[in-house]
Amino acid sequence: MDLYLLEAIINGILLGGVLALLALGLNLIFGVIDVIWISYADIVMCGMYAVYFLYAQYHVALPLAFLIAIVGSACLGVLVHKLIIAPVLDAPPLNQLLATGGLLFFLQSFATLLFGTDFRNIGVRLPVLEVATMYLSFARLIAFGVALVGAFALYFFLKKTYVGTAIRAIAQDREIVGLMGIDQRRIYLVVSAIGGALAGLAACLLALQYDVHPFIGNTFGPVIFMICVLGGLGNMLGGFFAAFIISLIIAIGGYYWSTELSYVFAFTFFIVLMFIRPRGLFTP
Amino acid sequence: MLSLSSVSAGYGSFQALFGVSLDIARGEAVGVIGPNGAGKTTLMRVISGMLPLSQGNMTFEGEAIGGKPAHHIIEHGIAHVPENRRLFPKLSVEENLRVGAFIPSARTRFAEQLDWVYSLFPKLKDRRAQAAGTMSGGEQQMCAIGRALMSKPKVLLMDEPSAGLAPIVVSQVFDLVGKIRAEGLTVLIVEQNVQQVLDVVNRAYLLEVGAIKLSGTAAELKGNSFIRESYLGL
Repeated sequence: MDLYLLEAIINGILLGGVLALLALGLNLIFGVIDVIWISYADIVMCGMYAVYFLYAQYHVALPLAFLIAIVGSACLGVLVHKLIIAPVLDAPPLNQLLATGGLLFFLQSFATLLFGTDFRNIGVRLPVLEVATMYLSFARLIAFGVALVGAFALYFFLKKTYVGTAIRAIAQDREIVGLMGIDQRRIYLVVSAIGGALAGLAACLLALQYDVHPFIGNTFGPVIFMICVLGGLGNMLGGFFAAFIISLIIAIGGYYWSTELSYVFAFTFFIVLMFIRPRGLFTP
Repeated sequence: MLSLSSVSAGYGSFQALFGVSLDIARGEAVGVIGPNGAGKTTLMRVISGMLPLSQGNMTFEGEAIGGKPAHHIIEHGIAHVPENRRLFPKLSVEENLRVGAFIPSARTRFAEQLDWVYSLFPKLKDRRAQAAGTMSGGEQQMCAIGRALMSKPKVLLMDEPSAGLAPIVVSQVFDLVGKIRAEGLTVLIVEQNVQQVLDVVNRAYLLEVGAIKLSGTAAELKGNSFIRESYLGL
């Protein structure tokens, strides 16, 4: 097999890890609260700025900067729920979409106003590993590993704890859970915090690989939505696997043709599949 | 133990209950019978806090509970088995039971309660890893009752436990009511299946158009000419 192709495939899988993490967060919020956070990728942008300023400007140790960024993003998630989602919970879906869409423009414009449009890099240069004449990015390897650990931690939380089981229950019958002593509003806050924390974790992993600028959310936001819809909106496992399918298409397309064209392939694949399986690839 | 006085409630501008008063003593089994649309389910929803009452008072063990939300009412010891069971279909039987033990006081004795529910319904133990939605109607009803029992309630509200079940399963469900009473629980049961419910309760209320029209012991109601004609078809 062509070693360069193998390298592209491995890098694709590694990229898929972070996308899978974001797909999990978005699906969790959609599945439980039934609201689509159009601005989800911009929470990631805020997290990346937090990492950048803490580490590169204020010289906070990187692990601590990561921790603060994750906790901060979780708080931002709670804030977004309280200020923007909670008031429109019973509103028509279109209004909810407009509210979170408005937040997207707000966050992007606010970041532009505060930080300008400069591309900023945290300046951590991780080595590139050479394995059997293939070049693998160490940053991506770490990102992949941490993303998987994050995904499994979420899985065990949802599967093994009372609150996690309640979260899955509420996604199936939100009206009845009060009878079991579950306060819907509190669960929504917990879910928003988890969603925010996942975005924060992804922000840390992406900050190791990419420059941050106010519109970074636009570069992978649409891809995350495509992944979620492809896996079946609200279907967490489906989104997880769809992330790897899409990132492989992008990686292989990028290897044979160009990165730009590879996105065309990914979205074409998505559109065609929507005709064949409109409810998602993994929805029975 | 549980007492409602002049309770009214409804949905928006539609009023479903008009000044309903009833009392249930500890250890009693009480039935609420009546035709479709009489407000039986609404009554249950008001007691468990799913629906706020618009007028009247509700007390449980001397404490006012009217107007409290459902997730607080359950902590007082009132558990509600809703109409149509409403299990979480994709969760396993045991996960459904775990959700039933969500309140802090129930979490601490989860293992003990689980053993108790499994001893009451051995079939649930056999099927504990199965998705609840894939079981038969009768098994689902057991699971729904088991889920409510996981919180170790003092009062169990049962809304139409026999609805949608095959006749042979219906009599099994009524046997369950006997089992639960033997465990010392107080039971309030809403049913359209008048004949069979009057066999398992001490007393019953007849609810018509949102108001209590008749009440009495099971034997009195069985002998009442109006009940015999309209509900027992005798």
